[in-house]
Amino acid sequence: MFSRKTREICIEKLFLLFASTSIVILLLIAAFLFKEGLPIIEVVSPLRFLFGKSWYPTYEPPEFGILPLITGSLVVTLGAVLIAIPLGVATAIYLSEVAHPRVREVLKPAVELLAGVPSVVYGFFGLVIVAPWIQDLFELPTGLTALTASIMLGIMASPTVISISEDALSSVPLSYREASLALGTTRWHTAIRVTVPAALSGICTACILGMARAIEETMTVLMVAGGAAVIPRTFLQPVRPMTANIIAEMGEAVHGSDHYHALFAIGVVLFFVTLAINLVADFISHRFKETGSGTL
Amino acid sequence: MLRSKFQLLVDSVSMFFLITIGIFFFPVRATAESLTIRGSTTVLPIAQKAAERYMNLHPAANISISGGGSGTGIKALLDGSVDIANTSRPMKAKEVKIAQKRGITPWEYIIAKDGIAVIVHPKNPVSALTKAQLKRIYTGRIKNWAELGGFNKEIVVVSRETTSGTFECFNKIVLKKAKVTPRALLQAANATLVQTVSQTKGAIGYVGIGYLDRRVKALKIEGVYPTVETLADGTYPISRPLFMYTNGKPKGLAARFIDFILGPEGQRIVREEGFIPIK
Repeated sequence: MFSRKTREICIEKLFLLFASTSIVILLLIAAFLFKEGLPIIEVVSPLRFLFGKSWYPTYEPPEFGILPLITGSLVVTLGAVLIAIPLGVATAIYLSEVAHPRVREVLKPAVELLAGVPSVVYGFFGLVIVAPWIQDLFELPTGLTALTASIMLGIMASPTVISISEDALSSVPLSYREASLALGTTRWHTAIRVTVPAALSGICTACILGMARAIEETMTVLMVAGGAAVIPRTFLQPVRPMTANIIAEMGEAVHGSDHYHALFAIGVVLFFVTLAINLVADFISHRFKETGSGTL
Repeated sequence: MLRSKFQLLVDSVSMFFLITIGIFFFPVRATAESLTIRGSTTVLPIAQKAAERYMNLHPAANISISGGGSGTGIKALLDGSVDIANTSRPMKAKEVKIAQKRGITPWEYIIAKDGIAVIVHPKNPVSALTKAQLKRIYTGRIKNWAELGGFNKEIVVVSRETTSGTFECFNKIVLKKAKVTPRALLQAANATLVQTVSQTKGAIGYVGIGYLDRRVKALKIEGVYPTVETLADGTYPISRPLFMYTNGKPKGLAARFIDFILGPEGQRIVREEGFIPIK
Protein backbone atom coordinates (compact mmCIF):
# COMPACT_ATOMS: atom_id res chain seq x y z
CA MET A 1 0.00 0.00 0.00
CA PHE A 2 2.63 2.49 1.06
CA SER A 3 6.05 2.54 -0.41
CA ARG A 4 8.83 1.08 1.68
CA LYS A 5 10.26 4.54 2.21
CA THR A 6 7.01 5.97 3.59
CA ARG A 7 6.67 3.03 5.93
CA GLU A 8 10.24 3.49 7.08
CA ILE A 9 9.61 7.16 7.86
CA CYS A 10 6.34 6.40 9.65
CA ILE A 11 7.97 3.81 11.85
CA GLU A 12 10.87 6.13 12.59
CA LYS A 13 8.52 8.92 13.67
CA LEU A 14 6.51 6.50 15.79
CA PHE A 15 9.61 5.44 17.69
CA LEU A 16 10.65 9.07 18.07
CA LEU A 17 7.25 9.74 19.62
CA PHE A 18 7.64 6.87 22.08
CA ALA A 19 11.14 7.96 22.98
CA SER A 20 10.14 11.56 23.57
CA THR A 21 7.11 10.61 25.68
CA SER A 22 9.24 9.72 28.66
CA ILE A 23 11.23 12.95 28.35
CA VAL A 24 8.05 15.01 28.08
CA ILE A 25 6.63 13.30 31.16
CA LEU A 26 9.84 14.00 33.06
CA LEU A 27 9.74 17.66 32.04
CA LEU A 28 6.11 17.95 33.05
CA ILE A 29 6.84 16.43 36.45
CA ALA A 30 9.77 18.81 36.94
CA ALA A 31 7.65 21.78 35.85
CA PHE A 32 4.88 20.78 38.26
CA LEU A 33 7.38 20.34 41.08
CA PHE A 34 8.80 23.83 40.53
CA LYS A 35 5.39 25.44 40.08
CA GLU A 36 4.18 24.06 43.41
CA GLY A 37 7.48 24.47 45.27
CA LEU A 38 8.73 27.92 44.28
CA PRO A 39 5.94 30.01 45.93
CA ILE A 40 7.54 29.23 49.31
CA ILE A 41 10.17 31.88 48.45
CA GLU A 42 7.51 34.51 49.14
CA VAL A 43 7.26 33.27 52.73
CA VAL A 44 10.86 32.44 53.65
CA SER A 45 14.09 33.34 51.91
CA PRO A 46 15.86 30.40 50.22
CA LEU A 47 18.73 30.68 52.71
CA ARG A 48 16.41 30.58 55.73
CA PHE A 49 14.63 27.64 54.14
CA LEU A 50 17.78 25.60 53.45
CA PHE A 51 19.70 26.49 56.61
CA GLY A 52 16.93 27.13 59.13
CA LYS A 53 17.26 24.84 62.11
CA SER A 54 13.63 24.35 63.09
CA TRP A 55 10.78 22.72 61.22
CA TYR A 56 7.42 23.70 62.75
CA PRO A 57 5.16 23.89 59.70
CA THR A 58 1.79 23.89 61.49
CA TYR A 59 2.44 26.45 64.22
CA GLU A 60 1.56 30.13 64.31
CA PRO A 61 3.89 31.55 63.04
CA PRO A 62 5.22 28.54 61.13
CA GLU A 63 8.93 27.83 60.79
CA PHE A 64 10.21 26.25 57.60
CA GLY A 65 13.86 25.38 58.19
CA ILE A 66 14.89 22.13 56.53
CA LEU A 67 18.51 21.81 57.68
CA PRO A 68 17.55 19.02 60.15
CA LEU A 69 15.80 17.19 57.29
CA ILE A 70 18.72 17.58 54.87
CA THR A 71 21.26 16.43 57.47
CA GLY A 72 18.91 13.58 58.38
CA SER A 73 18.87 12.39 54.76
CA LEU A 74 22.65 12.77 54.44
CA VAL A 75 23.48 10.90 57.65
CA VAL A 76 21.18 8.00 56.82
CA THR A 77 22.51 7.81 53.26
CA LEU A 78 26.14 7.98 54.41
CA GLY A 79 25.53 5.06 56.76
CA ALA A 80 23.73 3.10 54.06
CA VAL A 81 26.59 3.68 51.60
CA LEU A 82 29.15 2.55 54.17
CA ILE A 83 27.24 -0.71 54.47
CA ALA A 84 26.12 -1.24 50.87
CA ILE A 85 29.36 -0.53 49.01
CA PRO A 86 31.76 -2.96 50.76
CA LEU A 87 29.01 -5.59 50.93
CA GLY A 88 27.90 -5.05 47.34
CA VAL A 89 31.30 -4.81 45.68
CA ALA A 90 32.68 -7.79 47.57
CA THR A 91 29.63 -9.87 46.64
CA ALA A 92 29.99 -8.84 43.00
CA ILE A 93 33.68 -9.84 42.95
CA TYR A 94 32.81 -13.17 44.53
CA LEU A 95 29.98 -13.80 42.08
CA SER A 96 31.93 -12.95 38.96
CA GLU A 97 35.47 -14.09 39.84
CA VAL A 98 35.31 -16.81 42.47
CA ALA A 99 31.93 -18.50 42.68
CA HIS A 100 31.32 -21.86 41.08
CA PRO A 101 28.81 -21.46 38.21
CA ARG A 102 26.23 -23.50 40.12
CA VAL A 103 26.55 -21.33 43.23
CA ARG A 104 26.24 -18.27 41.02
CA GLU A 105 23.07 -19.65 39.45
CA VAL A 106 21.47 -19.72 42.90
CA LEU A 107 22.97 -16.54 44.34
CA LYS A 108 22.31 -14.15 41.48
CA PRO A 109 18.53 -14.67 41.35
CA ALA A 110 18.49 -14.53 45.17
CA VAL A 111 20.16 -11.11 45.10
CA GLU A 112 17.72 -9.92 42.45
CA LEU A 113 14.85 -11.20 44.58
CA LEU A 114 16.16 -9.04 47.42
CA ALA A 115 15.66 -6.02 45.16
CA GLY A 116 12.04 -7.04 44.61
CA VAL A 117 10.97 -7.11 48.26
CA PRO A 118 8.56 -4.19 48.88
CA SER A 119 10.08 -1.41 50.99
CA VAL A 120 7.24 -1.55 53.52
CA VAL A 121 8.32 -5.12 54.31
CA TYR A 122 11.86 -3.91 55.00
CA GLY A 123 10.38 -1.15 57.12
CA PHE A 124 8.31 -3.57 59.16
CA PHE A 125 11.28 -5.88 59.63
CA GLY A 126 13.36 -2.91 60.78
CA LEU A 127 10.67 -1.72 63.17
CA VAL A 128 9.97 -5.06 64.82
CA ILE A 129 13.35 -6.87 64.66
CA VAL A 130 16.26 -4.49 64.06
CA ALA A 131 15.11 -1.51 66.17
CA PRO A 132 14.69 -3.47 69.45
CA TRP A 133 18.05 -5.15 68.77
CA ILE A 134 19.83 -1.80 68.30
CA GLN A 135 18.06 -0.47 71.39
CA ASP A 136 19.35 -3.35 73.56
CA LEU A 137 22.81 -3.46 71.98
CA PHE A 138 23.63 0.21 72.62
CA GLU A 139 21.30 0.59 75.63
CA LEU A 140 19.50 3.45 73.94
CA PRO A 141 16.21 5.01 75.04
CA THR A 142 14.81 4.16 71.57
CA GLY A 143 15.90 1.86 68.75
CA LEU A 144 14.44 4.08 66.02
CA THR A 145 17.68 5.76 64.99
CA ALA A 146 19.69 6.84 61.96
CA LEU A 147 21.75 3.66 62.35
CA THR A 148 18.65 1.44 62.12
CA ALA A 149 17.57 3.26 58.97
CA SER A 150 21.12 3.02 57.54
CA ILE A 151 21.23 -0.75 58.09
CA MET A 152 17.89 -1.26 56.36
CA LEU A 153 18.81 1.06 53.48
CA GLY A 154 22.22 -0.60 53.17
CA ILE A 155 20.53 -3.95 52.69
CA MET A 156 18.07 -2.42 50.23
CA ALA A 157 20.72 -0.64 48.17
CA SER A 158 23.13 -3.58 47.95
CA PRO A 159 21.25 -5.46 45.16
CA THR A 160 21.68 -2.37 42.95
CA VAL A 161 25.40 -2.22 43.73
CA ILE A 162 25.81 -5.98 43.26
CA SER A 163 24.05 -6.37 39.91
CA ILE A 164 25.65 -3.37 38.23
CA SER A 165 29.16 -4.13 39.54
CA GLU A 166 28.76 -7.75 38.54
CA ASP A 167 27.75 -6.74 35.01
CA ALA A 168 30.78 -4.48 34.82
CA LEU A 169 33.11 -7.24 36.05
CA SER A 170 31.72 -9.88 33.69
CA SER A 171 32.12 -7.60 30.70
CA VAL A 172 35.89 -7.42 31.27
CA PRO A 173 37.24 -9.58 28.42
CA LEU A 174 38.52 -13.03 29.35
CA SER A 175 41.77 -12.23 27.56
CA TYR A 176 42.73 -9.74 30.34
CA ARG A 177 42.41 -12.44 32.97
CA GLU A 178 44.15 -15.03 30.83
CA ALA A 179 47.04 -12.67 30.18
CA SER A 180 47.40 -11.98 33.86
CA LEU A 181 47.22 -15.64 34.87
CA ALA A 182 49.71 -16.53 32.15
CA LEU A 183 52.20 -14.21 33.85
CA GLY A 184 51.95 -16.45 36.90
CA THR A 185 49.76 -14.34 39.19
CA THR A 186 47.19 -15.81 41.56
CA ARG A 187 43.45 -15.53 40.98
CA TRP A 188 43.18 -13.07 43.87
CA HIS A 189 45.89 -10.89 42.37
CA THR A 190 44.22 -11.04 38.97
CA ALA A 191 40.84 -10.06 40.40
CA ILE A 192 42.18 -7.15 42.45
CA ARG A 193 44.88 -5.81 40.13
CA VAL A 194 43.40 -6.53 36.70
CA THR A 195 39.67 -7.21 36.60
CA VAL A 196 38.50 -4.67 39.19
CA PRO A 197 40.58 -1.76 37.78
CA ALA A 198 39.32 -2.61 34.29
CA ALA A 199 35.73 -2.48 35.52
CA LEU A 200 36.25 0.51 37.81
CA SER A 201 33.99 2.94 35.95
CA GLY A 202 31.14 0.44 36.10
CA ILE A 203 31.72 -0.23 39.79
CA CYS A 204 31.73 3.51 40.58
CA THR A 205 28.48 3.93 38.67
CA ALA A 206 27.05 1.04 40.68
CA CYS A 207 28.04 2.66 43.97
CA ILE A 208 26.55 6.01 43.02
CA LEU A 209 23.30 4.47 41.83
CA GLY A 210 23.19 2.55 45.11
CA MET A 211 23.57 5.86 46.91
CA ALA A 212 20.72 7.33 44.86
CA ARG A 213 18.62 4.32 45.80
CA ALA A 214 19.29 5.03 49.48
CA ILE A 215 18.58 8.75 49.41
CA GLU A 216 15.27 8.40 47.57
CA GLU A 217 13.87 5.58 49.74
CA THR A 218 10.76 6.75 51.57
CA MET A 219 8.62 4.14 53.25
CA THR A 220 11.39 2.36 55.16
CA VAL A 221 12.89 5.54 56.60
CA LEU A 222 9.44 6.75 57.57
CA MET A 223 9.00 3.60 59.62
CA VAL A 224 12.43 3.16 61.22
CA ALA A 225 14.26 6.51 61.36
CA GLY A 226 12.22 7.84 64.29
CA GLY A 227 11.05 11.07 62.70
CA ALA A 228 12.52 13.66 65.07
CA ALA A 229 13.46 16.85 63.22
CA VAL A 230 16.79 17.56 64.97
CA ILE A 231 20.24 17.88 63.43
CA PRO A 232 21.86 14.54 64.33
CA ARG A 233 25.16 14.49 66.22
CA THR A 234 25.61 10.70 66.19
CA PHE A 235 24.27 7.72 64.27
CA LEU A 236 22.37 6.66 67.38
CA GLN A 237 19.85 9.50 67.29
CA PRO A 238 16.41 9.58 65.67
CA VAL A 239 16.36 11.60 62.43
CA ARG A 240 13.78 12.81 59.94
CA PRO A 241 14.97 12.45 56.33
CA MET A 242 13.42 14.67 53.63
CA THR A 243 11.51 11.86 51.93
CA ALA A 244 9.93 10.70 55.20
CA ASN A 245 8.94 14.26 56.01
CA ILE A 246 7.19 14.73 52.68
CA ILE A 247 5.21 11.52 52.87
CA ALA A 248 4.29 12.00 56.54
CA GLU A 249 2.91 15.50 56.07
CA MET A 250 1.67 15.70 52.49
CA GLY A 251 -1.54 13.81 53.25
CA GLU A 252 -2.58 16.32 55.89
CA ALA A 253 -1.22 19.59 54.53
CA VAL A 254 -3.95 21.98 53.46
CA HIS A 255 -3.93 22.13 49.66
CA GLY A 256 -2.33 25.37 48.44
CA SER A 257 -1.07 26.47 51.88
CA ASP A 258 2.48 27.60 52.67
CA HIS A 259 3.10 24.21 54.24
CA TYR A 260 2.03 22.48 51.01
CA HIS A 261 4.41 24.64 48.97
CA ALA A 262 7.21 24.03 51.49
CA LEU A 263 6.79 20.25 51.05
CA PHE A 264 7.07 20.62 47.28
CA ALA A 265 10.13 22.82 47.78
CA ILE A 266 11.71 19.93 49.70
CA GLY A 267 10.88 17.85 46.63
CA VAL A 268 12.80 20.40 44.53
CA VAL A 269 15.81 20.07 46.85
CA LEU A 270 15.65 16.28 46.51
CA PHE A 271 15.38 16.68 42.74
CA PHE A 272 18.63 18.67 42.67
CA VAL A 273 20.38 16.20 44.97
CA THR A 274 19.43 13.29 42.70
CA LEU A 275 20.37 15.30 39.61
CA ALA A 276 23.80 16.03 41.13
CA ILE A 277 24.30 12.35 41.96
CA ASN A 278 23.45 11.35 38.40
CA LEU A 279 25.76 13.97 36.91
CA VAL A 280 28.61 12.76 39.10
CA ALA A 281 27.89 9.17 38.04
CA ASP A 282 27.93 10.21 34.42
CA PHE A 283 31.16 12.14 34.86
CA ILE A 284 32.88 9.23 36.58
CA SER A 285 31.81 6.67 34.03
CA HIS A 286 33.28 8.87 31.26
CA ARG A 287 36.37 9.97 33.15
CA PHE A 288 37.53 6.51 34.12
CA LYS A 289 36.39 4.81 30.98
CA GLU A 290 38.67 1.95 30.02
CA THR A 291 39.64 2.59 26.44
CA GLY A 292 40.40 -1.02 25.55
CA SER A 293 37.84 -3.65 24.78
CA GLY A 294 36.90 -3.92 28.45
CA THR A 295 34.45 -1.02 28.42
CA LEU A 296 31.05 -1.50 30.02
CA MET B 1 6.01 -27.53 24.92
CA LEU B 2 6.49 -24.27 23.06
CA ARG B 3 2.85 -24.37 21.99
CA SER B 4 1.55 -24.77 25.50
CA LYS B 5 3.75 -21.94 26.71
CA PHE B 6 2.37 -19.75 23.97
CA GLN B 7 -1.15 -20.80 24.95
CA LEU B 8 -0.40 -19.84 28.54
CA LEU B 9 0.84 -16.45 27.43
CA VAL B 10 -2.27 -15.82 25.34
CA ASP B 11 -4.45 -16.92 28.24
CA SER B 12 -2.75 -14.69 30.75
CA VAL B 13 -2.80 -11.69 28.43
CA SER B 14 -6.51 -12.11 27.75
CA MET B 15 -7.17 -12.60 31.47
CA PHE B 16 -5.30 -9.38 32.14
CA PHE B 17 -7.45 -7.50 29.65
CA LEU B 18 -10.66 -8.97 31.02
CA ILE B 19 -9.71 -7.94 34.55
CA THR B 20 -8.73 -4.45 33.41
CA ILE B 21 -12.02 -4.07 31.57
CA GLY B 22 -13.81 -5.39 34.64
CA ILE B 23 -12.13 -2.84 36.88
CA PHE B 24 -13.04 -0.03 34.53
CA PHE B 25 -16.66 -0.97 34.06
CA PHE B 26 -17.69 -2.43 37.40
CA PRO B 27 -17.92 0.83 39.39
CA VAL B 28 -19.84 2.49 36.58
CA ARG B 29 -22.45 -0.22 36.77
CA ALA B 30 -22.62 0.03 40.53
CA THR B 31 -22.75 3.82 40.99
CA ALA B 32 -26.44 3.73 41.87
CA GLU B 33 -25.64 2.20 45.26
CA SER B 34 -22.01 2.90 46.00
CA LEU B 35 -20.38 5.22 48.49
CA THR B 36 -16.74 6.16 48.99
CA ILE B 37 -15.45 7.43 52.31
CA ARG B 38 -11.98 8.66 53.19
CA GLY B 39 -10.21 10.43 56.02
CA SER B 40 -9.11 10.29 59.65
CA THR B 41 -7.53 7.08 60.93
CA THR B 42 -9.26 7.78 64.26
CA VAL B 43 -12.75 7.64 62.74
CA LEU B 44 -11.77 4.69 60.54
CA PRO B 45 -12.73 1.83 62.93
CA ILE B 46 -16.23 3.30 63.51
CA ALA B 47 -16.84 3.87 59.81
CA GLN B 48 -15.54 0.41 58.91
CA LYS B 49 -17.69 -1.44 61.45
CA ALA B 50 -20.74 0.64 60.56
CA ALA B 51 -20.22 -0.04 56.85
CA GLU B 52 -19.91 -3.79 57.46
CA ARG B 53 -23.15 -3.87 59.44
CA TYR B 54 -24.90 -1.64 56.96
CA MET B 55 -23.84 -3.79 54.00
CA ASN B 56 -25.00 -6.91 55.85
CA LEU B 57 -28.43 -5.34 56.30
CA HIS B 58 -28.52 -3.91 52.76
CA PRO B 59 -26.55 -6.20 50.43
CA ALA B 60 -27.12 -3.89 47.45
CA ALA B 61 -25.07 -1.10 49.04
CA ASN B 62 -21.40 -0.94 48.21
CA ILE B 63 -19.39 1.17 50.64
CA SER B 64 -15.62 1.54 50.34
CA ILE B 65 -13.60 3.17 53.08
CA SER B 66 -9.98 4.22 53.41
CA GLY B 67 -7.87 6.13 55.94
CA GLY B 68 -5.11 8.58 55.09
CA GLY B 69 -5.87 11.28 57.65
CA SER B 70 -8.31 14.14 58.18
CA GLY B 71 -6.62 16.47 55.70
CA THR B 72 -6.54 13.78 53.03
CA GLY B 73 -10.25 13.16 53.51
CA ILE B 74 -11.13 16.84 53.14
CA LYS B 75 -8.87 17.21 50.12
CA ALA B 76 -10.64 14.25 48.51
CA LEU B 77 -14.05 15.77 49.30
CA LEU B 78 -12.98 19.08 47.74
CA ASP B 79 -11.67 17.23 44.68
CA GLY B 80 -15.02 15.46 44.42
CA SER B 81 -13.42 12.03 44.62
CA VAL B 82 -15.29 10.89 47.77
CA ASP B 83 -18.85 11.24 49.07
CA ILE B 84 -17.98 11.50 52.76
CA ALA B 85 -14.84 12.82 54.49
CA ASN B 86 -14.12 11.60 58.03
CA THR B 87 -12.21 14.03 60.21
CA SER B 88 -11.08 14.29 63.78
CA ARG B 89 -10.98 18.09 63.64
CA PRO B 90 -13.31 20.76 62.27
CA MET B 91 -12.61 22.07 58.79
CA LYS B 92 -10.05 24.88 58.69
CA ALA B 93 -10.80 28.37 57.40
CA LYS B 94 -8.46 27.84 54.46
CA GLU B 95 -10.25 24.63 53.47
CA VAL B 96 -13.66 26.31 53.71
CA LYS B 97 -12.36 29.05 51.42
CA ILE B 98 -11.20 26.50 48.83
CA ALA B 99 -14.59 24.76 49.08
CA GLN B 100 -16.40 28.04 48.36
CA LYS B 101 -14.16 28.68 45.37
CA ARG B 102 -15.04 25.27 43.94
CA GLY B 103 -18.76 25.60 44.64
CA ILE B 104 -18.79 22.97 47.38
CA THR B 105 -20.94 23.42 50.51
CA PRO B 106 -19.40 21.36 53.33
CA TRP B 107 -22.13 19.79 55.45
CA GLU B 108 -21.02 18.86 58.94
CA TYR B 109 -22.14 16.00 61.19
CA ILE B 110 -20.73 15.23 64.64
CA ILE B 111 -20.92 11.44 64.89
CA ALA B 112 -19.10 10.67 68.14
CA LYS B 113 -16.77 12.01 70.80
CA ASP B 114 -13.25 10.74 71.31
CA GLY B 115 -10.92 10.86 74.28
CA ILE B 116 -7.17 11.04 73.90
CA ALA B 117 -5.42 8.66 76.27
CA VAL B 118 -1.84 9.31 77.36
CA ILE B 119 0.06 6.01 77.24
CA VAL B 120 3.33 4.65 78.59
CA HIS B 121 5.12 1.29 78.62
CA PRO B 122 3.31 -1.20 80.93
CA LYS B 123 6.42 -1.50 83.14
CA ASN B 124 6.50 2.24 83.82
CA PRO B 125 5.63 2.84 87.53
CA VAL B 126 4.16 6.31 86.89
CA SER B 127 0.37 6.06 86.64
CA ALA B 128 -0.93 9.62 86.87
CA LEU B 129 0.12 13.01 85.51
CA THR B 130 -1.32 16.51 85.46
CA LYS B 131 -1.83 18.55 82.31
CA ALA B 132 0.93 20.91 83.45
CA GLN B 133 3.38 18.00 83.82
CA LEU B 134 2.40 16.69 80.39
CA LYS B 135 3.07 20.07 78.87
CA ARG B 136 6.52 20.21 80.46
CA ILE B 137 7.30 16.68 79.19
CA TYR B 138 6.22 17.44 75.63
CA THR B 139 8.04 20.77 75.46
CA GLY B 140 11.22 19.03 76.63
CA ARG B 141 11.53 20.71 80.06
CA ILE B 142 11.20 17.42 82.00
CA LYS B 143 13.65 14.93 80.54
CA ASN B 144 13.80 11.99 82.97
CA TRP B 145 11.12 9.86 84.61
CA ALA B 146 12.97 10.25 87.94
CA GLU B 147 11.78 13.89 88.03
CA LEU B 148 8.22 12.54 88.14
CA GLY B 149 8.89 9.92 90.80
CA GLY B 150 9.49 7.12 88.31
CA PHE B 151 12.56 5.09 87.34
CA ASN B 152 15.81 6.68 86.23
CA LYS B 153 15.24 6.56 82.48
CA GLU B 154 15.29 9.22 79.80
CA ILE B 155 11.77 10.14 78.66
CA VAL B 156 11.24 9.25 74.99
CA VAL B 157 8.58 11.68 73.83
CA VAL B 158 6.41 10.17 71.10
CA SER B 159 3.92 12.38 69.31
CA ARG B 160 1.65 12.12 66.28
CA GLU B 161 2.68 14.07 63.18
CA THR B 162 2.05 17.77 63.73
CA THR B 163 -0.42 17.70 60.84
CA SER B 164 -2.74 15.09 62.34
CA GLY B 165 -6.13 15.81 63.90
CA THR B 166 -5.11 13.97 67.07
CA PHE B 167 -2.06 16.20 67.45
CA GLU B 168 -4.16 19.29 66.90
CA CYS B 169 -6.49 18.35 69.75
CA PHE B 170 -3.61 17.44 72.08
CA ASN B 171 -1.86 20.65 71.13
CA LYS B 172 -4.90 22.79 71.90
CA ILE B 173 -5.85 21.17 75.22
CA VAL B 174 -2.50 20.14 76.71
CA LEU B 175 0.27 22.14 75.07
CA LYS B 176 -1.79 25.32 74.62
CA LYS B 177 0.08 25.78 71.31
CA ALA B 178 3.57 25.59 72.85
CA LYS B 179 6.10 23.87 70.60
CA VAL B 180 6.71 20.16 70.95
CA THR B 181 10.39 19.43 71.52
CA PRO B 182 12.11 18.71 68.20
CA ARG B 183 13.53 15.55 69.80
CA ALA B 184 10.06 13.99 69.81
CA LEU B 185 9.60 10.89 67.66
CA LEU B 186 6.76 11.64 65.25
CA GLN B 187 4.47 8.78 64.24
CA ALA B 188 2.21 8.85 61.23
CA ALA B 189 -0.61 6.68 62.61
CA ASN B 190 -2.25 5.69 65.90
CA ALA B 191 -1.35 2.00 65.47
CA THR B 192 2.38 2.57 64.88
CA LEU B 193 2.47 4.92 67.86
CA VAL B 194 1.09 2.16 70.11
CA GLN B 195 3.67 -0.25 68.64
CA THR B 196 6.53 2.18 69.35
CA VAL B 197 5.45 2.90 72.93
CA SER B 198 4.94 -0.82 73.63
CA GLN B 199 8.55 -1.61 72.72
CA THR B 200 10.21 1.44 74.33
CA LYS B 201 10.53 1.38 78.13
CA GLY B 202 10.88 5.13 78.63
CA ALA B 203 8.29 6.19 76.06
CA ILE B 204 5.24 8.38 76.49
CA GLY B 205 2.66 8.87 73.75
CA TYR B 206 -1.01 9.65 73.16
CA VAL B 207 -3.73 7.95 71.07
CA GLY B 208 -7.47 7.97 70.55
CA ILE B 209 -8.90 5.66 73.23
CA GLY B 210 -10.25 3.34 70.54
CA TYR B 211 -6.63 2.28 70.00
CA LEU B 212 -5.83 1.39 73.63
CA ASP B 213 -4.77 -2.21 74.13
CA ARG B 214 -2.88 -4.40 76.60
CA ARG B 215 0.54 -3.65 75.20
CA VAL B 216 0.48 -0.15 76.74
CA LYS B 217 -0.70 1.51 79.95
CA ALA B 218 -3.06 4.51 79.97
CA LEU B 219 -2.39 7.22 82.57
CA LYS B 220 -4.79 9.10 84.82
CA ILE B 221 -4.85 12.75 83.78
CA GLU B 222 -5.75 15.23 86.54
CA GLY B 223 -6.66 12.15 88.60
CA VAL B 224 -9.19 10.79 86.08
CA TYR B 225 -8.73 7.55 84.12
CA PRO B 226 -10.00 7.66 80.52
CA THR B 227 -13.12 5.50 80.19
CA VAL B 228 -16.33 5.82 78.23
CA GLU B 229 -18.06 7.04 81.44
CA THR B 230 -15.51 9.69 82.45
CA LEU B 231 -15.51 10.94 78.86
CA ALA B 232 -19.28 11.01 78.56
CA ASP B 233 -19.69 13.04 81.77
CA GLY B 234 -16.82 15.33 80.80
CA THR B 235 -14.55 14.71 83.81
CA TYR B 236 -11.68 13.38 81.64
CA PRO B 237 -10.03 16.52 80.29
CA ILE B 238 -8.72 15.57 76.83
CA SER B 239 -11.57 14.96 74.39
CA ARG B 240 -12.85 16.15 71.05
CA PRO B 241 -15.72 15.63 68.60
CA LEU B 242 -15.38 13.44 65.47
CA PHE B 243 -16.91 14.58 62.21
CA MET B 244 -18.24 13.40 58.87
CA TYR B 245 -18.47 15.95 56.07
CA THR B 246 -20.48 15.73 52.86
CA ASN B 247 -20.84 18.08 49.91
CA GLY B 248 -24.21 19.76 50.54
CA LYS B 249 -27.06 17.99 52.31
CA PRO B 250 -26.45 14.29 51.65
CA LYS B 251 -28.81 12.34 49.43
CA GLY B 252 -29.38 8.65 48.72
CA LEU B 253 -26.98 6.14 50.22
CA ALA B 254 -24.81 8.82 51.88
CA ALA B 255 -27.85 10.19 53.75
CA ARG B 256 -29.03 6.72 54.76
CA PHE B 257 -25.55 5.70 55.93
CA ILE B 258 -25.11 8.83 58.08
CA ASP B 259 -28.63 8.31 59.52
CA PHE B 260 -27.56 4.76 60.34
CA ILE B 261 -24.45 5.96 62.20
CA LEU B 262 -26.43 8.60 64.12
CA GLY B 263 -29.20 6.06 64.89
CA PRO B 264 -29.25 3.59 67.81
CA GLU B 265 -27.42 0.82 65.92
CA GLY B 266 -24.63 3.14 64.75
CA GLN B 267 -24.19 4.72 68.16
CA ARG B 268 -23.92 1.23 69.66
CA ILE B 269 -21.01 0.60 67.26
CA VAL B 270 -19.47 3.90 68.41
CA ARG B 271 -19.56 2.62 72.01
CA GLU B 272 -18.27 -0.85 71.04
CA GLU B 273 -15.25 0.71 69.33
CA GLY B 274 -14.40 2.63 72.50
CA PHE B 275 -15.74 6.05 71.53
CA ILE B 276 -18.45 8.10 73.17
CA PRO B 277 -21.91 8.23 71.62
CA ILE B 278 -23.35 11.69 71.13
CA LYS B 279 -26.89 10.72 72.13
